[in-house]
Amino acid sequence: MLEELFPNVIMENLWTATYETLYMTVISVIGTFILGIILGLLLYLTDRGNLWSNRVINGITATVVNVFRAIPFIILILLLIPFTDFLMDTIRGPKAALPALIIGSAPFYARLVEIALKEVDKGVIEAAKSMGAKTHTIIFKVLLQESKPALVGGLTVTAIALIGYTAIAGVIGAGGLGDLAYMHGFQRRNNDVVFACTVFIVAIVFIFQWAGDFVSKRIDKR
Amino acid sequence: MISIKKLSKHFQMKDQTVHAVDDVSLEIEKGEIFGVIGYSGAGKSTFVRLLNRLEEPTSGEITLDQQSLTQLGKNDLRKKRQKIGMIFQHFNLLWSRTVYENIAFPLEIAGLDKQSSKEKVDELIELVGLKGRENSYPSQLSGGQKQRVGIARALANDPEVLLCDEATSALDPETTDDILDLLVSINKKLKLTIILITHEMHVIQKICHRVAVMEQGKVVEVGDVLEVFINPKEKTTKRFVQQLSPLEHDPERLKDFITEDESKEVVKLHFVGGTARRSLISEVAKQFDVYVNILQGSISQTQEGSYGTLFVELDGERKVIEASMNYIRNSGVEVEVVTNA
Repeated sequence: MLEELFPNVIMENLWTATYETLYMTVISVIGTFILGIILGLLLYLTDRGNLWSNRVINGITATVVNVFRAIPFIILILLLIPFTDFLMDTIRGPKAALPALIIGSAPFYARLVEIALKEVDKGVIEAAKSMGAKTHTIIFKVLLQESKPALVGGLTVTAIALIGYTAIAGVIGAGGLGDLAYMHGFQRRNNDVVFACTVFIVAIVFIFQWAGDFVSKRIDKR
Repeated sequence: MISIKKLSKHFQMKDQTVHAVDDVSLEIEKGEIFGVIGYSGAGKSTFVRLLNRLEEPTSGEITLDQQSLTQLGKNDLRKKRQKIGMIFQHFNLLWSRTVYENIAFPLEIAGLDKQSSKEKVDELIELVGLKGRENSYPSQLSGGQKQRVGIARALANDPEVLLCDEATSALDPETTDDILDLLVSINKKLKLTIILITHEMHVIQKICHRVAVMEQGKVVEVGDVLEVFINPKEKTTKRFVQQLSPLEHDPERLKDFITEDESKEVVKLHFVGGTARRSLISEVAKQFDVYVNILQGSISQTQEGSYGTLFVELDGERKVIEASMNYIRNSGVEVEVVTNA
């Protein structure tokens, strides 16, 4: 039955592609999380009236974030080819997609982090100061803890956007489900392959969304 | 214990300088509950934040136990702040932490080990009456319970002073009284100095020993609570005192009773401390041939004793009225004849 409906789908290839997509997504989500938190904290802390209030650094960070958010992802991949080659020693395969994926989505996540941090009650920060807390205590034990549900929610949104990005990266040879759908499906007019890849991607997106909602709900004690 | 000298805080706005706190000098004794009252915008919130330098003073000096707070470096200031507890109008608890973890937070900051921390937190939970709620999150607590957590948290590092920033303003009257009772018992038990700012005279009356009245960044009147209540000097102070017994300072309502009639006299009696408890009116009515008509009155309890005012109309012969007024005076109650202005 399945073989009749999907005559051109080779299950082994489909699983390999799924593995590659998951690999790219998971690693880049981790990278995006780290870089995004750093950038988001920097945006927030250097903002006027906050702990490290600094106009120059705030301006520079905001500009970098805005520029990278403005570049369309497909063009960013092309622009980053020399950098990728230098960093990863290759410009093909899932690994080569990672720098572009992380650099492309971290600025987006950084803005979500900034919004999440701005939502933290200023009074709680004041209370921590009045207890004699050091800056790093305020960052790690107050700011990041109190904004956790929003940080997780933002990461879910970013992860799902990243799954989309991995498919775009696939078109220029990164591997994964996007690659499979384009090379084996679209190029050879095997619509069943395109369809099967779509189903798998949608399934991955659903799993990420569900997992994100689950975690976010569990840690939200408000 | 705390000495504040010529303390000022100015905010530079676009085209004007705001004098939030303007040349304030105060001495606060060890172990007293010192109230600062003022309307919103009077600068009291800024004032209390200057005391632990959440706001940096523009000029002036604060010394706590002979140590200058205003000259402390960053690190020393942080250490000192651990000894200055603070509670807030909106509690400012960390919602991601349980009651237990919230109270343990200042101990984590001070670097206490887990075991000693646990002992201390258990003790504090007992003190503020939150036993059994250790593992609740702030969102599961009522306002009064949240403030109890706030108080326990502020006391964690055995502070020398407790600063209260409108600590009861977000609570209903009954809960306010509970929290005030808790503050008084802490003040007595731990000999803790408490500085409290509020816009509610009721709070001052109930728990403070001394009070300062603030207006436009300046302290316009300061003194013992009882003294200020009985004899308010400034207009702002009078308005605050009026909050408590609105009738008392409203001569309009007495107008109909004040006549030219020689056999009738409206007098205002001031009771202070012990005299407020005596059954003076009955005594007068029994001993003299006068009718005593009670018009209005009130008695208030303060930390320093009770005080009350009573407006009565004495009806009888002129001589007898004079005699009974003398009798009242001799028993230590202040008598004031009320006339139409």
